[in-house]
Amino acid sequence: MGNWDPLGLTRRGFIKASSTLWVAATLPQKIWAATLRPAAAFQTTTLEATFEALGSVPKFSDAILFSTPDIAENGAVVPVKIEVDAAALPGVSKLYVIVEKNPNPVAAVFEVPPSAQPYAETRVKVAQTGKLYAVAEVDGQLFMTEKETKVTLGGCGG
Amino acid sequence: MASRIRIRAQLKDDYCEVKALMRHPMETGLRKDQSGAAIPANFIEDVQVVHNDAVVMQAYWGAAVSANPFLGVRFKGGAQGDVVKIIWRDNQGDSGSGETTIR
Repeated sequence: MGNWDPLGLTRRGFIKASSTLWVAATLPQKIWAATLRPAAAFQTTTLEATFEALGSVPKFSDAILFSTPDIAENGAVVPVKIEVDAAALPGVSKLYVIVEKNPNPVAAVFEVPPSAQPYAETRVKVAQTGKLYAVAEVDGQLFMTEKETKVTLGGCGG
Repeated sequence: MASRIRIRAQLKDDYCEVKALMRHPMETGLRKDQSGAAIPANFIEDVQVVHNDAVVMQAYWGAAVSANPFLGVRFKGGAQGDVVKIIWRDNQGDSGSGETTIR
């Protein structure tokens, strides 16, 4: 395991110095499967437009367990966890993390192959107090769970 | 050089739990530096978790994922000693990868 501290280098300097090396190091072993980034969904600026881009307004479902903190002191790092009860809602192909009040509500999309569990954990930025949505896609149908997260320090802006 | 990604893969009851930390600034493109110039967007767009040459999770991220992103996923069918690999690429064409063995 490497040292997590960038050893006195500035973050930007580190990225600059390492990027060239890393591209070279990773090129031969690239095995990108055909990927299709849902670009349109990432560019919407309102919740309504987001649901429109996804195809429909999701139905509420108890099968989606969505964990977020009730109060986030630092909006720049808000842990989120989505877990779908596979017995109650089988065949999930995609999971979305949507943050209502962000400049672009869609934060992350996870494509869940059959070999994976409908489970995803990450950390997102939340601009201001508002609702977070976990959306699961099954056969083109959308289901969601919402949670309100209070933000005491915004996640965007410097 | 310190790795830009840290991964742990652990066998649980009937699934393998993968946790990873990537080092990346995840700039939104909305922030400005001290002189008022916009800092260009720089964020990881794609992340793949690969086990035995099969993609077990494909994530698409926006700029709203936190800096130095954390990823936690679970997949079925892993065995101790198997290699789990994570590859990412960002919107500026940079990429990174890392791997670990399941324990």
